[in-house]
Amino acid sequence: MSGESSASAPGADAAADDRPMPGEQPAPEERAHPAGRRNLEGIRIDPVVEAEHEPRRAVISALVEDEPGVLARVSGLVSRRQFNIESLTVGPTTVDGHSRITMVVEETDPGIDQIEKQMAKLKPVISVGEVAGDAVTSELVLLKVRGEDPAAVQAVTEMYDGRTVDAGPETITVELTGHKSGIDNAIGAFERFGIVEIARTGPTALARGNTPTAPGEKPGTAGEPTTHDSS
Amino acid sequence: MSDTAAQPREEEADGADDPEQPANDAVDTPAAGPVSTGAESVVAALEAAGAETAFGVQGGAIMPVYDALYSSSINHVTMAHEQGAAHAADAYGVVAGEPGLCLATSGPGATNLVTGIADADMDSDAMLALTGQVPTEFVGNDAFQETDTVGVTRPITKHNYFADGADTVGDTVGEAFELARAGRPGPTLVDLPKDVTQDETDRTPGPASPPAGTDPDPNADADAVQEAARAIERAERPLCLFGGGVIKADASDAARTFARANGVPVVTTMPGIGSFPEDDDLCLSWAGMHGTGYANMAITHTDCLIAVGTRFDDRLTGGIDTFAPEAELVHIDIDPAEISKNVYADYPLIGDAKRVLEQLTAAVSEAPDAEAWRDQCTEWKETYPLTYATPDDEPLKPQFVVEAFDEATDDDTIVTTGVGQHQMWASQFWTYTEPRTWVSSHGLGTMGYGVPAAVGARVAANAMDEADRDVICFDGDGSFLMTMQELSVAVRENLDLTIAVLNNEYIGMVRQWQDAFYEGRHMASDYTWMPEFDKLAEAFGALGLRVDDYDEVAPAIEEALDYEGPVVIDFHVDPEENVLPMVPSGGANGQFATAEDQL
Repeated sequence: MSGESSASAPGADAAADDRPMPGEQPAPEERAHPAGRRNLEGIRIDPVVEAEHEPRRAVISALVEDEPGVLARVSGLVSRRQFNIESLTVGPTTVDGHSRITMVVEETDPGIDQIEKQMAKLKPVISVGEVAGDAVTSELVLLKVRGEDPAAVQAVTEMYDGRTVDAGPETITVELTGHKSGIDNAIGAFERFGIVEIARTGPTALARGNTPTAPGEKPGTAGEPTTHDSS
Repeated sequence: MSDTAAQPREEEADGADDPEQPANDAVDTPAAGPVSTGAESVVAALEAAGAETAFGVQGGAIMPVYDALYSSSINHVTMAHEQGAAHAADAYGVVAGEPGLCLATSGPGATNLVTGIADADMDSDAMLALTGQVPTEFVGNDAFQETDTVGVTRPITKHNYFADGADTVGDTVGEAFELARAGRPGPTLVDLPKDVTQDETDRTPGPASPPAGTDPDPNADADAVQEAARAIERAERPLCLFGGGVIKADASDAARTFARANGVPVVTTMPGIGSFPEDDDLCLSWAGMHGTGYANMAITHTDCLIAVGTRFDDRLTGGIDTFAPEAELVHIDIDPAEISKNVYADYPLIGDAKRVLEQLTAAVSEAPDAEAWRDQCTEWKETYPLTYATPDDEPLKPQFVVEAFDEATDDDTIVTTGVGQHQMWASQFWTYTEPRTWVSSHGLGTMGYGVPAAVGARVAANAMDEADRDVICFDGDGSFLMTMQELSVAVRENLDLTIAVLNNEYIGMVRQWQDAFYEGRHMASDYTWMPEFDKLAEAFGALGLRVDDYDEVAPAIEEALDYEGPVVIDFHVDPEENVLPMVPSGGANGQFATAEDQL
């Protein structure tokens, strides 16, 4: 880069230097520019293929080592990289030292891809992937409503296959499990009694049949590591 | 941070104020025998991993580890501030190609490391930080000098560990060291509660390896390599983009072979400076916000971009919509998460840069027909050269100082910088030809990186028996003020390095932006008074020089290079000089401004 401008006295060199000075070089608008463009995801815009991505709801399941701070690592990653997360559940598996984290996210396809890849980089994450669309998902909700009309509450509870877990003179607490849409409907039905408090776990999920829930996981082995041969 | 007075444990007071201890090198032989404490196990793990040098600052909670270092082969450099220790370790790692090692005590010692750890994280530099922690039984009680170091550093490390016992701590440290350099390098940290390092153990750590799944296959998928090779063969305007990953993977030779064998012009990123010789006809220097006009023209017009070891930072890409808009992208990276993170990769090749470049070189059977494109690139070089005016009636130009140093030194000279205008001039007006000669803070942009980095680079070169290499730190006046206390380390250790302060009495890059985008309101960027850095250097015990005019430049440089020890030259340069060319934030690379009025 040093070219002709030598490190000795500048005067003579400056005069001998006939390279265009910064201000004499072609201005931005005088330069040729390609017509092509990329979209926000860095994909070349192809007029034939629409490359815009709409966010969609995805269930991500991860098998993790149950070590201190693993949840903080996952949730920290989600917040640091601004992933849109709807829920996150975590619980032990039948294998000592392994837990399953289930996350529901609302992201574009490239965003979902990034979540999976960034989670895979976390040391305690054994395997991670999106659960196939036809997965079994279920969540649990505890719902405390006013108890003025116990019979009516009981009827609605039965209608939604719920269970009464606590009943007092002023409030009744019911437990509901199932798919998100069914739970949303049930909550709608309970609203007329007056909902005092609510606690929802968010969905947890498993893949159907022989499909592994997280990639590399062997179905039917309750989450043993992939190297473990259980057949 | 070495205040031990209020430590919760009584026995620690003993010996804390021991006046004179014999110098480390009095004991030459490493502790080869069985270990007896957790701290000895830590040091044994470090020695087994090949660590030769550590940078750090003493303090209450880390004292057991330091005590074990007393009889170790590891050379410990005591720094003035923990931030300096982290930057020195980082730079040591860059130059030596081994993970750097830094130590600090709990609380403020650990938090002072944070900037340096974050810097290493952003630049994917392998580094291990060991921090003292209050004894396990006090953790969570807000004990004296307690900080949740694992919590604080979780988002800026590859992984961090809380040591949970004397029997396992050595193996944990060994694993952390290996993890730092496995796959995509980065910083790791082990937090060491004082009871863990003090407790007895007879467990000598075994050979360490990185955790399962963190050391990926170096080879890219063979079919994917073939597909990428076909795309390269049919390209008309191919361009290589070599990032810092090329240097980290020691892939510079493979990169040179690939580009030359196929006649593909090369641009680098800033961290990739030195991966390809800038005096090669194929080289277009580096692209991005203050990159060369020709590099930015090439990246704008290429139809096939072969990117290696780069994460497509916004300072490189400018606006994504106009970045290499017509290029098919071949992206080689060891980290799958970088593929299509910012720019969509048409041909992702996941693997080690060196290995994959070798695969690709073998797979491309016919070099692309790109003679016209190469001519075009050469024409851009002539049209948009890096230049600056040197009128006699204006103050000394900073670019001139950089060129003068380059001319006076050999190709193996190591350059470190702070962050700001001086950093850009040091990267633009110096011709880099070798990897690991450019040591800077890229991703995090840490002002103050330069001086401690020069210390780390000098120590690394000495450790590699390359004491005859020059180490030059280009610093700004603002950057120098942030970490200049590390000059005391350079004097104490008699480190042969030269700090060239390009002093414009401004936070110059901010001043430049204020002139361009804030109607010239110099809020908090104009230092109305600066210390006299040459006299300050003398007070530290270094050689201090001051330069105001062109004809003083060469003699001062000569005197500095001849001097055996640290030198500070305070170059009073043109305060109004701007860094050009410039792609405004989010702008199109091809629309770089070459003059202030184009911004």
